[in-house]
Amino acid sequence: MAPLDWQPLALSLRLGLWVVGVLLVVCLPLAWLFARSRGRWVLWVESLFSLGLVLPPTVLGFYLLVFLSPLSPLGSWLESSFGLRLVFSFPGLVLASCVAGLPFMLAPLAAGIRGIPEALLEASWTLGKGRLETFVRIVLPQLRPSLLAGAITTFAHTLGEFGVVLMIGGSIPGVTKVISIAIYERTEAQDFAQVHVYAAVLLVVSYCGVVLLGKLGQRPRRDKSR
Amino acid sequence: MTEFYLRKHRRATPHYPGFTLEVEFALMGGSFTGVLGPSGSGKTTLLRCLAGLEQADEGFLRCGDEKWFDSSLHRPPQKRSVGMVFQDYALFPHLSALDNTAYATGDRRDAAGWLERVGLSKYAGQKPHELSGGQKQRVALARALARRPKLLLLDEPLSAVDEDMRTDLAKLLAKIQRETGVTTLLVTHSKAEMASLCSEVLELKDGKLVNRR
Repeated sequence: MAPLDWQPLALSLRLGLWVVGVLLVVCLPLAWLFARSRGRWVLWVESLFSLGLVLPPTVLGFYLLVFLSPLSPLGSWLESSFGLRLVFSFPGLVLASCVAGLPFMLAPLAAGIRGIPEALLEASWTLGKGRLETFVRIVLPQLRPSLLAGAITTFAHTLGEFGVVLMIGGSIPGVTKVISIAIYERTEAQDFAQVHVYAAVLLVVSYCGVVLLGKLGQRPRRDKSR
Repeated sequence: MTEFYLRKHRRATPHYPGFTLEVEFALMGGSFTGVLGPSGSGKTTLLRCLAGLEQADEGFLRCGDEKWFDSSLHRPPQKRSVGMVFQDYALFPHLSALDNTAYATGDRRDAAGWLERVGLSKYAGQKPHELSGGQKQRVALARALARRPKLLLLDEPLSAVDEDMRTDLAKLLAKIQRETGVTTLLVTHSKAEMASLCSEVLELKDGKLVNRR
């Protein structure tokens, strides 16, 4: 048996952490905007951002490839202006995984924000606190379960992503060859010993994620006034 | 003195009839005034306009020598010296009774003093879900007063608590209002509450002031 190659696993973990970090920053204001806006546009725009939930990953990967390839206007501008080539690179993989994982972070955050009673925000304002301080001191603590749920599902989804990362990143060892690609390639090569280890790692991580989500879903609080 | 003339049109929705609130009044400093009226008469809208949570379409609002609202100015709630007690308490669920009370000023010693005044010293460390309805409303009152507001707005503060608790809370409200001398506006459905607490009563109907006594 060939020595176990841990590089795809390490790369996947690095990718997962990057995607969770980026999406936390991107999705908090987006979720706030969608949850607090009343216009008819909300449904249309939020649905656009949630497309990744239902769109085949290869379709998403194909469009990203079209938009980011050095032959596209955006891709050639990025390359000529910043020397940045996103396809078949780790930054490109982060971007593609962020696009694919965005709805997994956005949905729990928007639901969490919609669940916060308006009166809590109003109480904070009447107590002299501005919108930013109210967000930090009242909204964020209320959102903790949603933030954790979003981080767990996004991380697990990124670890298991195959179609988008293959289309954008290919399989360059140490750069874009993540664990899901490695599983596919090792299976093709009939190297089942390595596949078993990779698959077991993903299984354990996924199971722990589901258990954590289940724990978050349990709300033992009992309100004395009701 | 707090003087205001506020006009605000509220559009009808499938669940709520529309009305135009149009009220002119002056609250004497230190007074305890009640606003009475049926659902949809504009009581809560008036309170929310005074707090700055909603903007009136036109009018003015002056509290002492401060201008809070006119045709060119709308001070947001955080820039008005108001304390508001909400019908459903609106306590911050992740904070203890003490931290809720200290939220506005950050002064925990002062907050402890307010909790003592409302008889909740021994519940200072409890979170809102561990308190009864009456206790929550006391914390909400202590929290609103801890900021030492010029205007205290009470939105049906007794409606969510049971009968026995209501009498105790009404007595406490009257006592604390007397001691602090804060100008207070109470919104309620209940004529009995009004009679026991308020020196002056405004009656609203379809957004208009129809009676004053």
